[in-house]
Amino acid sequence: MEGIEILGNKDTRSGFGEGLAELGAENENVVALCADLTGSLKMNAFQNAFPERFFQVGIAEANMMGMAAGMTIGGKIPFTGTFANFSTGRVYDQIRQSIAYSQKNVKICASHAGLTLGEDGATHQILEDIGMMRMLPNMTVVVPADFNQTKQATKAIAEHKGAVYLRFGRPVMPIFIKPDAVFEIGKADVIQEGTDVTIIACGHMVWKSIEAAQSLAASGVSVELINMHTIKPIDEASILKSAAKTKCIVTAEEHMANGGLGEAVARVLASNTPCPQEFIAVNDSFGESGKPMDLMEKYGLGASHIHDAALKAIQRKS
Amino acid sequence: MNKEHLKSIASQVRRDIVRMVSAVKSGHPGGSLGCADFLTYLYFEAMTEDSSNFSMDAKGEDVFFLSNGHISPVWYSVLARKGYFPVPELATFRKISSRLQGHPSTDKNLPGIRMASGSLGQGLSVAIGTAETKKLNHDSSTVYTLHGDGELQEGQIWEAAIYAAANKIDNLIATIDFNGRQIDGDVEDVLSLGSLKDKWQAFGWEVFEMDGHDFENIHQTMSAAKSKLGNGKPIIVIMATEMGMGVDFMMGTHKWHGVAPNEEQLTSALGQLEETLGDY
Repeated sequence: MEGIEILGNKDTRSGFGEGLAELGAENENVVALCADLTGSLKMNAFQNAFPERFFQVGIAEANMMGMAAGMTIGGKIPFTGTFANFSTGRVYDQIRQSIAYSQKNVKICASHAGLTLGEDGATHQILEDIGMMRMLPNMTVVVPADFNQTKQATKAIAEHKGAVYLRFGRPVMPIFIKPDAVFEIGKADVIQEGTDVTIIACGHMVWKSIEAAQSLAASGVSVELINMHTIKPIDEASILKSAAKTKCIVTAEEHMANGGLGEAVARVLASNTPCPQEFIAVNDSFGESGKPMDLMEKYGLGASHIHDAALKAIQRKS
Repeated sequence: MNKEHLKSIASQVRRDIVRMVSAVKSGHPGGSLGCADFLTYLYFEAMTEDSSNFSMDAKGEDVFFLSNGHISPVWYSVLARKGYFPVPELATFRKISSRLQGHPSTDKNLPGIRMASGSLGQGLSVAIGTAETKKLNHDSSTVYTLHGDGELQEGQIWEAAIYAAANKIDNLIATIDFNGRQIDGDVEDVLSLGSLKDKWQAFGWEVFEMDGHDFENIHQTMSAAKSKLGNGKPIIVIMATEMGMGVDFMMGTHKWHGVAPNEEQLTSALGQLEETLGDY
């Protein structure tokens, strides 16, 4: 596919770890809290370089969220780190009252989101977190696509005043965003322009969509591919501009269909210019143990599923 | 400390409380009345803060968090009487578009409030966070919190208790409104807390006990607690109070936890509370 080059392979959580360590050096107000998952979140570099600004809270996520909220009073910018499940569902009320409602400048950084957590199974594979976080007033929701973008997003959210949910994951995936790309919260990346169908994806599903776009191109289908790295506030202008051109949409996310990216896009379309939309997402089901990419196939999140959904969306135009 | 001065403020605060909840026929008078003496002491005697120029960041200022947010009437009254916002605004309590929400909030920019509370058990973690930031900022001021006794049934409190002792959060004084009552009845019957003193000591805290209605005892105990700041241990004061204190028919029962007095009851209550600073 033209313009897309694989620059390497890394996990998005490592992008977070690198971004956080750089932030530590650049901004003395950045502090980090972790609930006994420093290695998993790749927070060691920050911890080693800035021990006085790193707070190990133990397995006590509710306390971590409350502390992070309290630390903003006096000007600190707290980044919390734990798995996505323990960053959201476990502490929803703490986030709701002490962070979102209280308008606190906390960055909730969540790794191991979705099915690609793999073998640990459904207890840890949260698929509802985007929905929970985008429902909260005062919350920005960012789901970067690869290692480079996760690093860029980590640094960008420190500059943004207000609560942010930053979602990333565990598997090693291709890197395709340029290391010097500018990340702007709320401004979608058009990865590729096309005319027949628009695929709007976030997180790991952007790479899956690139694969699908390649196979579709081989079948003579021209795909416009949008990396919707910010789910809230969603980039309405990009959605509507692309829909006006291609007149059909596929959304792709490693999340439950309920409450996720697809519904956010559907609302924009329904309120403006409705058009056929196909949803690639988990359909009202918990995950299970297995290898990450096997799970993606089993739950309908593979490149071939996106390919088929695109053809169906195009068919529905007529 | 001028005990008579504090007593006279607390009497007006109690009048404000019963008038506020009565006006909207909702709110929590019992716990509010029980903490009127302590909050009066805190704001008019103990804390160093700037009520004329409220700052969210509170650099160089002592900070207070009300974790049991349902006793907002007492906090609102004390804040207004201290000069954080105009006293007549107390009349808007719980009314639509008011800055005085049923439970304290920050989103309407009411001076004096830095954190929403209402869903219980969150304030100790918040206070510890602010205490950590004060340490990072080399800010030697103190963080205070108030919690209900029933609130201690929330698990997050004990997560915070472990953290504070393990990390030597010694610029914090937490206080417990130990009135022994919660919505469903006596704490002892709903879910007994056992020995609070033993629990907090076992968790590694410096524990003080005091009578929350005796200004001499409050002053003595809080001064002793302050003298322990910076000693490597978090501090907690278990404050014995009487829910509904100052209004005879509201005392000795849990029934006035979240019930407002009617007109007749209001008249009776106000007859027991001297108007010292002028009603709003």
